[in-house]
Amino acid sequence: MYLFLGVTAFVSIFPFLWMVVSSTNPSVGVTKGRLMPGTHLFVNLSNLVEQIDLVRALANSLVIALITTGLALLIGSLAGYGFEIYRSRAKDAVFNILLLSMMIPFAALMVPLYRMFAWLSGKMPVIGIDTKAAVILPTMATAFLIFFFRQNTKMFEREMIEAGRIDGLGELGIFLRIYVPTMRTTYAAAAIITFMSSWNNYMWPLVVLQSDAKKTIPLLISNLGSSYSPDYGMIMTAIVIATLPTALVFFLMQKHFVAGMLGSVK
Amino acid sequence: MSIRMRTRVTGWCFVIAAVVLICLFYFYPMIQAFNLSLKSGVGTNLQYVGFENYKRLFTDSNFITAVTNTFIYLIVQVPIMIILALLLSVMLNSDKLRLKGLFRTAIFLPCVTSLVAYSVIFKYLFANDGLVNLLLLRLSIIDRPIGWITDPFWAKVTIILAITWRWTGYNMIFYLSALQNIDRSIYEAATIDGASAFGKFTKITIPLLKPIILFTSIMSTIGTLQLFDEVMNITKGGPGNATMSISQYIYNLSFKYTPDFGYAATVSYAIVVLIVIFSYMQFKVAGDR
Repeated sequence: MYLFLGVTAFVSIFPFLWMVVSSTNPSVGVTKGRLMPGTHLFVNLSNLVEQIDLVRALANSLVIALITTGLALLIGSLAGYGFEIYRSRAKDAVFNILLLSMMIPFAALMVPLYRMFAWLSGKMPVIGIDTKAAVILPTMATAFLIFFFRQNTKMFEREMIEAGRIDGLGELGIFLRIYVPTMRTTYAAAAIITFMSSWNNYMWPLVVLQSDAKKTIPLLISNLGSSYSPDYGMIMTAIVIATLPTALVFFLMQKHFVAGMLGSVK
Repeated sequence: MSIRMRTRVTGWCFVIAAVVLICLFYFYPMIQAFNLSLKSGVGTNLQYVGFENYKRLFTDSNFITAVTNTFIYLIVQVPIMIILALLLSVMLNSDKLRLKGLFRTAIFLPCVTSLVAYSVIFKYLFANDGLVNLLLLRLSIIDRPIGWITDPFWAKVTIILAITWRWTGYNMIFYLSALQNIDRSIYEAATIDGASAFGKFTKITIPLLKPIILFTSIMSTIGTLQLFDEVMNITKGGPGNATMSISQYIYNLSFKYTPDFGYAATVSYAIVVLIVIFSYMQFKVAGDR
């Protein structure tokens, strides 16, 4: 049992170790299969900054991920709260229809969405092709987040709503002043899921972002990975940097992270 | 009465933004896609052709290759991963095990990486002169490098290994949390009755985990049918079209070859239909108790 678990754990970690070790080695060292840390990290870093606009890609990814997370949480939690607290037969039906959208693969949406944004480019260039808005808009509302907030709202005590009404709070006031602070852990879990999926999103940005200045981290890594004479040490450094934010989120908030994942099946 | 009306209106106000956005960015595009799938032509120059595109699917060898590849991934990878994840979760759930947290974190770690980042790492690890071949050669397990990326068969193996590496820990966490909710006394009773470890696994664990196994296998099936990032970044669909997935074929049809949006939309509908069929089948299979 220990052997099996040990081997699996090793296989799971090995690519990470190799990635970190390789980021400290020159390209030749990586191709020769060097498994010892080297002293080339700073050279790799400076190559990265000089040859590739890593900082800009990081900034692009960060802006997109933060805005997406903020908006998605707001829209998703409002809806999850609305569907649960103000339940009615019509709303339940609408909710079930929204859930169907989880079955739609993104590949099926890609072509019509691209055409939609291409058309928008002519009318309102600020949200057309090659803008951050075009990346953010289609991912702002997801049935998953609505479902997630709705499930968690079932544990929110209704008496608190009554208490709020007696205190003279409006319906939105109850949501903002009572619901949001009480549901902090739900928001944390939702924020982690959304941030990670936005940070790692590849297919839609690949289709909609065209100029180099707009590229996000996954697009940059993908480009580096397909270059013909790759500088392995430098590419590995880029991957380490790209993985750091999500790894940090995971290690600092492991509980919320797992809670968020499991929340989808409660 | 007026208060009830007001609450009803307030309720709709809470959900309206989400409803509008999902209709706009999911349902409306699906209608558009259907409309597009009835047209054919290059770029924006499209003409109605009725169901011609759908007929074309059955004679399009690229489409058939993409579907076959996706099915191979599905049939081989999903069961392997689910069995592996189940075994790991049962082991990690045992009381006697030490270093539980360490093993769990290590096995879950791959889920932290972005699909693109890990794909590039796998591409390098499995290159002809990559580390995997280097180690296998040095250990004399093989005497010639394996074409992990360049051979049609091994390239599929690489893709399957990669997906399994990335997602096993993810599924394991679901099983682990479900196992922790199972009452220990059931196992104690079974032990007293003389049940073997294997017997307990098949007679108690599997049946109790059935709903969660169903959930994860549907999620994995949907995920595999949409496979894109890995094939795009590890093999680019090659060699030839040996690893091309359906999603990648749609991408190629729209943005790599001369754009044929109409036919690309037709292929999109094929994935939707497959997802619906598979989810339905899995529900049916798991439904018979």
